[in-house]
Amino acid sequence: MSLPPALAELVDDFAALGPKDRLQLLLELSRELPELPERYADAADSMEQVHECQSPLFLAVEVADDGDRPVHLFFSAPPEAPTTRGFASIMYTGLDGQPAEAVLEVPDDFYTDLGLAEAVSPLRLRGIAAMLARIKRQVRSATG
Amino acid sequence: MAVTNDPDPKLAEYAHPERLVTTAWLAEHLTDPGLVVVESDEDVLLYDTGHIPGAVKVDWHTELNDPVTRDYVDGERFAAIMSERGIGRDTTIVVYGDRNNWWAAYALWVFSLFGHADVRLLDGGRAKWIAEGRETTTDTPAPARADYPVVERDDAAIRAFKDDVLAHLRLVPDGGGALVDVRSPQEYTGEKLHMPDYPQEGAVRGGHIPGAASVPWARAAADDGSFRSRAELAAIYEQEQGLKPSDDVVAYCRIGERSSHTWFVLTYLLGFDRVRNYDGSWTEWGNAVRVPIARGEERG
Repeated sequence: MSLPPALAELVDDFAALGPKDRLQLLLELSRELPELPERYADAADSMEQVHECQSPLFLAVEVADDGDRPVHLFFSAPPEAPTTRGFASIMYTGLDGQPAEAVLEVPDDFYTDLGLAEAVSPLRLRGIAAMLARIKRQVRSATG
Repeated sequence: MAVTNDPDPKLAEYAHPERLVTTAWLAEHLTDPGLVVVESDEDVLLYDTGHIPGAVKVDWHTELNDPVTRDYVDGERFAAIMSERGIGRDTTIVVYGDRNNWWAAYALWVFSLFGHADVRLLDGGRAKWIAEGRETTTDTPAPARADYPVVERDDAAIRAFKDDVLAHLRLVPDGGGALVDVRSPQEYTGEKLHMPDYPQEGAVRGGHIPGAASVPWARAAADDGSFRSRAELAAIYEQEQGLKPSDDVVAYCRIGERSSHTWFVLTYLLGFDRVRNYDGSWTEWGNAVRVPIARGEERG
């Protein structure tokens, strides 16, 4: 089991920082979460809600039919939920465009290596674990 | 110099108007000497996206909780948190936050365990301040360090533990005590083990403490996030639910945050004499061996 390169790089970036700077990096990531494309913008009901997050987060997963089945991720979370947006942005930055097989191989507990438990609290981190589980479930059902 | 109270007429109707300030009052008094504004949010990053000018941040989970024991910080740690933020024992604190001041009320309750005398909530919290287009900044203040004394926490008056609740239970059937469950209706009946849209926090049994009235905490908030008027609050808690200001009340939720909000409403807005927050709440009760549990809509 190994991490896709972009996710591995992100984990290294977090690990290299102190707790306060990790929060700043998460904040920067929350600002970089891409807007929803038009086909999802008015169709929140076609997305899956991640109930484990502390704020409303909706997720859509597309698996392309060609080549190594690259996975594309789409997220929607309100601006007043920057932590949830930051978690979604970690998923997007680390996994968008990766082959389905690589996404399924990401260890379920990879987020512990981000070192956010101290700065964010373990309770709040459950959202990120749930996001990965739901992404994998959708990838599995699209490729199975 | 003492900070004045907000003379707003809506606040004047509450039992303790000195425990609230309006957004308009705060905007006028931001630079008053002796006043420190504290933001306390559920979302740990929200303060950094922009906050009330001069406000300092206190995080409920990573700062007010002891990192090892399930308890709040001790007097020494509390003194350090306050001193770092330029808060002295005589400082007037105004707390505000996201989600109808849910976590702000929790912070205020913890400050009250340490007997901080003058701590107020901003009515309507962060959402109202922002909706009104009031100034925010991302500049982090660098307050001059204060010298907050080491005060021993006093849990007796406003905090209940599991054994207290078990003793309290015997009083409830005769009207000698009351319990208020402030969770969602689905958590109360036992249909769900956790708040809708929230992570499951590991309770193995669902339902409520027998005898508890079900009053979801957010019923105390109006659409703009401010507290409902005194008459509206009395209609809910007193007329509808039959609670009396002289009752000995214990409020609980899941980990004690939502019930801090209700504790604030009953104590300071309606003037109840004795209200305690059971912070062990359902994550303790729903896992405890052989404690009584009621399921369904009846109080039981």
